[in-house]
Amino acid sequence: MFYIHCPYCDEYRDEEEFHPKGQAHIARPEDPETCSDEEWGDYLFFRDNPRGIHHELWVHAIGCRKFFNITRNSASYEILETYRMGERPRFSAEHPQGESAEHGAAVNVADEAGRVADQEGVRA
Amino acid sequence: MSQSNQPNRLRQGGRIDRARTLGFTFNGKRYQGHAGDTLASALLANGVDVVNRSFKYSRPRGIVAAGAEEPNALVQLGSTEAAQVPNVRATQQALFEGLTAQSTNGWPNVQRDVMSLVGKLGGRFMPPGFYYKTFMAPASMWMTYEKVIRKGAGLGRSPMENDPDSYDHLNQHCDLLVVGAGPAGLAAALTAARAGARVILCDEQEEMGGSLLASRERLDDQPAAEWAERVIDELAENDKVTLLPRTTANGYHDHHFVTLHERRTEHLGETAPRVDGHRSSRSRMHRVRAGQVLLATGAHERPLVYGNNDVPGNLVAGAVSTYIRRYGVVPGNKLVLSVSNDHAYRAALDWDEAGREVVAIVDARRHPDGELVEQARARGIRIIEGSAVLEAKGDKRVSGARVATIDAAAFKVTGQAELLECDTIASSGGYSPVIHLASHTGARPTWDEEILGFVPSLVRGVHAAGSARGVHDLAEGLADGAAKASEALAALGKSASAIEPPRAETIREGEACALYQVPHEKPTLRAPKQFVDMQNDVTAAAIELATREGFESIEHVKRYTAMGFGTDQGKLGNINGMAIAARCLGRSIPEVGTTVFRPNYTPVTFGAIVGRHCRELFDPERYTALHQWHVENGAEFEDVGQWKRPWYFPRKVNGKLETMDEAVARESLAVRSGVGILDASTLGKIDIQGPDAREFLGRVYTNKWAKLAPGRVRYGLMCKDDGMLMDDGTTSCLGENHFLMTTTTGGAAGVMEWLELWHQTEWPELQVTFTSVTDHWATMTVTGPDARKLLSEITDIDLDREQFKFMDWRNGKVADVPARVFRISFTGELAYEINVQANYAMHVWKTLFEHGKKYDLTPYGTETMHVLRAEKGLIIAGQDTDGSVTPEDLGMFWAIGYDKPFSWIGKRALTRPDTARKDRKQFVGLKPVDPKVVLEEGAHIVVDKDQPIPMDMLGHVTSSYYSPNLESGFALAVIKGGRDRMGEKLHVPMPDGQAHEVEVVSPVFIDPKGERQHV
Amino acid sequence: MSDITYGQVATFNTHPEAAIPSESPLSVAFNQISVSTPAPAVNHASGVRLEEKAFLGHLILRGGAIVLDEAVRKVLGISLPLGLALDESGERSVQWLSPDEWLVIVPGGEEFEVEQRLRDALGDAHYAIVDASGGQTLVSLEGEKARELLMKSTSYDVHPSNFPVGKAVSVVFAKSSLILRRPAEDRYELVLRRSFADYLYRWILDAGAEYGIGVQR
Repeated sequence: MFYIHCPYCDEYRDEEEFHPKGQAHIARPEDPETCSDEEWGDYLFFRDNPRGIHHELWVHAIGCRKFFNITRNSASYEILETYRMGERPRFSAEHPQGESAEHGAAVNVADEAGRVADQEGVRA
Repeated sequence: MSQSNQPNRLRQGGRIDRARTLGFTFNGKRYQGHAGDTLASALLANGVDVVNRSFKYSRPRGIVAAGAEEPNALVQLGSTEAAQVPNVRATQQALFEGLTAQSTNGWPNVQRDVMSLVGKLGGRFMPPGFYYKTFMAPASMWMTYEKVIRKGAGLGRSPMENDPDSYDHLNQHCDLLVVGAGPAGLAAALTAARAGARVILCDEQEEMGGSLLASRERLDDQPAAEWAERVIDELAENDKVTLLPRTTANGYHDHHFVTLHERRTEHLGETAPRVDGHRSSRSRMHRVRAGQVLLATGAHERPLVYGNNDVPGNLVAGAVSTYIRRYGVVPGNKLVLSVSNDHAYRAALDWDEAGREVVAIVDARRHPDGELVEQARARGIRIIEGSAVLEAKGDKRVSGARVATIDAAAFKVTGQAELLECDTIASSGGYSPVIHLASHTGARPTWDEEILGFVPSLVRGVHAAGSARGVHDLAEGLADGAAKASEALAALGKSASAIEPPRAETIREGEACALYQVPHEKPTLRAPKQFVDMQNDVTAAAIELATREGFESIEHVKRYTAMGFGTDQGKLGNINGMAIAARCLGRSIPEVGTTVFRPNYTPVTFGAIVGRHCRELFDPERYTALHQWHVENGAEFEDVGQWKRPWYFPRKVNGKLETMDEAVARESLAVRSGVGILDASTLGKIDIQGPDAREFLGRVYTNKWAKLAPGRVRYGLMCKDDGMLMDDGTTSCLGENHFLMTTTTGGAAGVMEWLELWHQTEWPELQVTFTSVTDHWATMTVTGPDARKLLSEITDIDLDREQFKFMDWRNGKVADVPARVFRISFTGELAYEINVQANYAMHVWKTLFEHGKKYDLTPYGTETMHVLRAEKGLIIAGQDTDGSVTPEDLGMFWAIGYDKPFSWIGKRALTRPDTARKDRKQFVGLKPVDPKVVLEEGAHIVVDKDQPIPMDMLGHVTSSYYSPNLESGFALAVIKGGRDRMGEKLHVPMPDGQAHEVEVVSPVFIDPKGERQHV
Repeated sequence: MSDITYGQVATFNTHPEAAIPSESPLSVAFNQISVSTPAPAVNHASGVRLEEKAFLGHLILRGGAIVLDEAVRKVLGISLPLGLALDESGERSVQWLSPDEWLVIVPGGEEFEVEQRLRDALGDAHYAIVDASGGQTLVSLEGEKARELLMKSTSYDVHPSNFPVGKAVSVVFAKSSLILRRPAEDRYELVLRRSFADYLYRWILDAGAEYGIGVQR
């Protein structure tokens, strides 16, 4: 059972409090009406299934009910980071050791100041 | 005292309490043992040789080991039916007064056994795959064969009565979990505890201390067990340390989640005793989330694989030492010890000190020269060098050992065999680190040629210390435990100052040699059986045969031979089996590799897995605020998700309780002709506020929300972006920026998450909030022609049909309680949904019944609700739809806002080629030609009932009921191109060969113009 | 009419003026509908004591922290916390639920007035207040075995080093979920959803049986 750091609660919680919601960073096309059938089909049905680093969308369903992203190694199940909506991952297939902090906004453990600032809501 | 009853019990020594004698029964015979015994040590003390019959060949078997790795001594515990526990290892079961056990295998008994006929006569004809090859044809008979074979072979049985005991779970957290309380584990726990860390130390044995409890070595010039006791005392004093003896770490799951199975009362009696009048749990699953995990799980000694090595009296060497030193039991009189290493010499020294005869030590090495070898020589024990036991003699007990010089590397016997008379053969082929938990992490172990064993690969945060990683020397193991604990703490950002490990004498040991299967004069396939896995009766010959038949992967060899498939998971045999496979394939052991160990390490009872999540606590039962009334008024309940909803309310008619059909007929007629009431509190309710609430609704619903005015209600369809319906419900405009959305009962949580998903990930710029108010409001639906009359008696709301129209809502008081009343209908009749704060619901409900008596107000349940809505062609999302149905398929064009400015969820998909197909399944009604027929839900619909199978299937029945109002069965269905088939006659074939003729009709069976709900 | 429209949002006082009998979520158990025996009484040997604080006012606040903080301080005299904060009387509390969500609990019947005052204080800001009083109930657990009972029920780490006074979390509890908070050294509070309350109560009673759990009525 995973142990997941919720970037909003700023705590590790058991997997049973979370729901996985599939691949992260799947944006709905800006104007669906101008999408070709193929483009719309890609958006609806096609997902990556890499062995290795993968970005996933999860929700802290029993908890703060906020959605966030996880960078996870699908082979070792190691979670490399969790990050909030609107943030970029530090770890990726291109950067398995992690980009330097200036490049990626995500941090493993959110600091208190950041958390208070975010009390404005998740509209970031 | 009763020494004379226990021929193999030593007068002194061991950690048993000779002052406390315990009586027990094994296979119907009474014996005595002592407090501190295991069932195995007590059986050995009493000279019981045969404890079981083997699974496949039905050969007599004795105790081989002293711990979790024991393959043979599986017993069925329990003196009563309810107390039965199968497959308990006698080596891990503490003795208690009155313990009653039976051999697991052996039907009808272990001494004289039906299956031995098959075993003796058919033995050589039972190669691997025997059962498959013999019994698979005809396939249909396998189940029958299997029953007979299983009964003959036996694998224990579960009780046929309820277990009187309870089991529970405890969630634990710690900085460091230390598995194993031997020397390395104790040193590790002590290091972490002194550093102030939260520590859990668990150990599967009755007593903590591991090898120290039976060690020859002294620590700080005192018996090693005394150091262990001092450390355990110190740990027990520390309130940040949790000590769990009798607790097996059975599974490592992800992210340092480890399940520990604590046997809390198994050592006290058959059932858990009462403490302070309360019965505590028999066993407990600790669900541990650890910061770091340290595995100090020790090693299992490998027996040598030689002919007839399964005859009772063959043991692993270390077990002999354990029985003598820890339990004061010497399991025989004349010992032959066959070894490949120095460490195992301890068994001969202990045997000698117990005052019994060591016939010889047979050492596979040409020139053994370690300190223990010297000690044995000094005592005058005969050492036969460069040799091994080829074969044991004897049937129900070892009577001799055939010994010869061998060339291990060439796998050849090189000398003349000598027969040594003995009753016990102990063997040691080396030590395999217990790597099971490390394997559970998914990390493959690696072969270490120096220690001749697999050592664990470790994922981040998991550490191994001592014998568990091949550090077998006592002094080194102690230091290793302390060092690894410091490393683990450092990984948590905690520093630990080094503890001073006790002084341990170092015994110089000579180099061990690699020996797994001992060669025999005859080729393996014709030699006496050389057992690798005793629990599953897998021999060296079977493995050789498997490789000859073309199985090269060790995973395939394992599955073909069933090696390691027993409840012991091959703890003793697997490495030997891999070595044999490697020899046969001409490869090295690391090339062949190891199989994967999976949880659980030892069997866990279902009780401990389930914990308290059983019977009335199996699953949450959700109640509405009116639940008590429903119970008191005889409702039958239906599970809807976790909700308990009244299904129907049977009345007593002429002293007899109505059937469901009778009750539903009565309830349905009452609603259409008078007035009925339904508890609709389970519907999901979501409060939506914010300036962009209306915009948001327009995006998630298919229909239009721009102009819905406060005071009005609208029905909405919600799709996924693939255009398929996911949920439906009404949403009311409470204020310009305020809405109350309802969802289906089962869809409530999913819809809530859906709304949050879109808001949080796609449209965070919209100012809107969603809050569940499902539990806050109780909802009562009063419906039927008399609904207005009834409600008007107890409300101040103006119910005039022009003032309070269909699809309006109003505030007011009902039965003096502030209420929101919604004029919406799921029955097609005049209906009011009364919402009040749940704490006041019972008063309102009862008041309605007080006033409703004169209208014969009839409570109805979900079944009648289904009939009534289906008569109106109203769908239930999830019943009439299944994730493949669009609003267009449902014919709900009126609820699709094609010209809304925002491309709402699901819209784009409606023009995809597949979604726009003309022959999609469309929602229709079905009327059976025979009105008595009620179609089966899920049944398929065809044009030609006489078409040969496979028939062309047009669609299926989604809802079907008998309608007392129509006096006919009727159904809803989805049928290809259904809307163009109105009036067509189709068929619904049934499994019994008959086919029901049906007519395709409109799904609205009653009041197609909708006049009744507008009255 | 009990309805007042604040700008574009409808509010609703759910309480009747007349004295009307009311039923708490635990009434089904207390009336022995879902359990066959009366609630065990508290005695000197009770290792856990349970008490329902029924009919309190529960409000859900949604919005930005800075905006809400000012209003909450003005109306309740409590600063918006990251965990759990109580007023001086201990009768009113505010609890963090998520970055834009707080739970306010006040004495029963006060919630409508508190809502009005908060709305007055919040003016035109984007926020939401939702009355949830009928949908949940508060239960307190005390006693030396209370923590162990929680350990049987939730995977959340309730050790004092991780769950000190003033902390509040939403967690999985048995097979349901609840809000778990620690208002004082010797007391835990559970906020149960109405429909799950009976199951959770029966679970707690079962888990507490070996500690001689008693129910304060």
